[in-house]
Amino acid sequence: MEQFFGAATTIVIGVGGCLLYFFLTNLLLDRIFPASGPDISRNINRANAIRPWLFLFPALVLLALYLVYPLFWSVYLSVMDANGREFVGLYNYQWMVSDPKFLESMRNNILWLIVVPAFSTFFGLVAAALTDRIRWGNFAKAMIFMPMAISFVGASVIWKFVYDFRPEGQNQIGLLNAIVEAFGGTPETWLTHEIVNSFLLMVVLIWIQTGFAMVILSAALRGIPEETVEAAILDGASPLQLFFKIKVPQIWGTILVVWTTITITVLKVFDIVLAMTNGQWGTQVLGNYMYDWLVRGQDSGRASAIAIVIMLLVLPIMIWNIRNARREMR
Amino acid sequence: MADLKLVNVEKAYGEVKVLRNINLDIKTGELIVFVGPSGCGKSTLLRMIAGLERITGGEFTIDGVKMNDVPPAQRGIAMVFQSYALYPHMTVRDNMAFALKIAKKSAAEISAAVDKAAKILQLTPYLDRLPKALSGGQRQRVAIGRAIVRDPKVYLFDEPLSNLDAALRVATRIEIAQLKEQMPNSTMIYVTHDQVEAMTLASRIVVLAGGGISQVGTPLDLYERPENEFVAQFIGSPAMNLLPGEVVETGETTVVRLENGGVARSRVPTMATDKGMKVNIGVRPEDLVAATGEAIFTGEVEITEALGEVTLLYFKRQGEAAQVVAKLPGIHAGLRHKSVSLTAAPEKVHVFANGRSLLYR
Repeated sequence: MEQFFGAATTIVIGVGGCLLYFFLTNLLLDRIFPASGPDISRNINRANAIRPWLFLFPALVLLALYLVYPLFWSVYLSVMDANGREFVGLYNYQWMVSDPKFLESMRNNILWLIVVPAFSTFFGLVAAALTDRIRWGNFAKAMIFMPMAISFVGASVIWKFVYDFRPEGQNQIGLLNAIVEAFGGTPETWLTHEIVNSFLLMVVLIWIQTGFAMVILSAALRGIPEETVEAAILDGASPLQLFFKIKVPQIWGTILVVWTTITITVLKVFDIVLAMTNGQWGTQVLGNYMYDWLVRGQDSGRASAIAIVIMLLVLPIMIWNIRNARREMR
Repeated sequence: MADLKLVNVEKAYGEVKVLRNINLDIKTGELIVFVGPSGCGKSTLLRMIAGLERITGGEFTIDGVKMNDVPPAQRGIAMVFQSYALYPHMTVRDNMAFALKIAKKSAAEISAAVDKAAKILQLTPYLDRLPKALSGGQRQRVAIGRAIVRDPKVYLFDEPLSNLDAALRVATRIEIAQLKEQMPNSTMIYVTHDQVEAMTLASRIVVLAGGGISQVGTPLDLYERPENEFVAQFIGSPAMNLLPGEVVETGETTVVRLENGGVARSRVPTMATDKGMKVNIGVRPEDLVAATGEAIFTGEVEITEALGEVTLLYFKRQGEAAQVVAKLPGIHAGLRHKSVSLTAAPEKVHVFANGRSLLYR
């Protein structure tokens, strides 16, 4: 209860503070450059030039404080030793390329990078196309979208139950093993089988991201001019041809944006791996490995070096994605 | 070669019937134009013929084959949409070739058909462009080319000129007329709300109103012998004047005493029993001429519009009656606020009883 009130107070103060800030600065600006008197047009122009900066100021400060400053600090730490005291040059990076666990993380990240965006986008596209055609489509959409509302850790807990293993003879509470047993197989400790377990973890993220892909792509599909579809029907296109030759090419831009957005999420993947295997049995990924070195390894140098690698991987996709999204909006 | 036949065709959305009792015979080589006010169902009827809307009653045949449930692509029709409906991700060439590729025609056949259509429509220099790099008129030509390439039995046009500007509309209209000329054996159905397009293009016009067919006929038929008041007022601009009155003399020439005090003589014959019948006489603005003796209408000119070739006179309303409009050839200055008497030749005066022309009974 105490926590609740604490949170509520914070929200009230935060939101109220914002409102107060905007109101007061705006008022001040109007006082300094009043929209009246002999200099009215010059005053209005000046006030209009300043106003956007006034409103952007808090956001810019917070971005600088929480994004720009840490970025430079990470770069600095990545060339320092474990405690951030001594300059070690590129030692941390040299260590990285020969560290088997780092290479394993890179390999897994590449796998995640290929599999998760591809399947999420594909399933999202199929779900969007199919739910638009059935009467209970909206209900189906809600169901598919639901996982988006679950935190990664929450989803991991759910799927841990799905993959759960009980020794033979006991009741299998895990869905996967229950199914395996029902078909006469022997239950497995799925999460300890290398490579297979990585894919099992990917399923969790696919499950979450499909809803996102579906919602965006469904909107895009609805934006396709109906006449082009009707023209294709008259031209003799089958439903499949209609979908792949007329509809998909027209929303290609949106598909790419969805794909890259999920790619960025994937590059940052951390919680799922931490909660389900903590990188054991060959499931390590960059995000979790960085956390591992920082918290368990107590080595801010290596952790920062890994962080920089993640950033360098995300950056080009991010830039491309923003450009694309802007073009879509036009 | 394609004869289309619609028998008692109807369209219902649930309980609401938007079209009913549509009976129409369309012969090979005709260019039929559907006109009507917006919401009359003309586009719906076209889409039913195309197969994009289900026919909920009656029968539709092409060359004697029932088409009600035949999928659109197998009906041997091609359609040109108002919004062009070009595939934005395909070049002009691919747009035109799409249907043939779907039909698995050979590459040589496809390129021959596309090149031929492009030549007819003067699209050859643009074949490798995307639709977004074309002007409105060019896009519409690509849409027409997409139809031609398929060599359909029936062409359907859904307001194809509505998205073009006025000058281009006239040019494209003439192109469509020329295209029809080159393909005398193809049947075309054309939907428009523009009566100029209807009058200039059609071999026959179908006027749709209130969910049914109001009249079918050649353009001049509709102009000279409208079956009812709706068609009379829909065809021609400004609309035909309707003036209420009572039949006072019958025979070869019918004489109607009008409520406004005027007298109208019409060549529409009446029977002796018609005497005393309440009628509306109809007279087109362009048929009204200045009267010296007996007048159909006398009134004060409220507004004049001088267009040079003609002068439009808008008369002051008399009570509840509709405004009378006259169109006099040439320039007439200084008529405003003057009282003018008008009459018309008896062969130009129509007579309607209960909304229907006495010519058709």
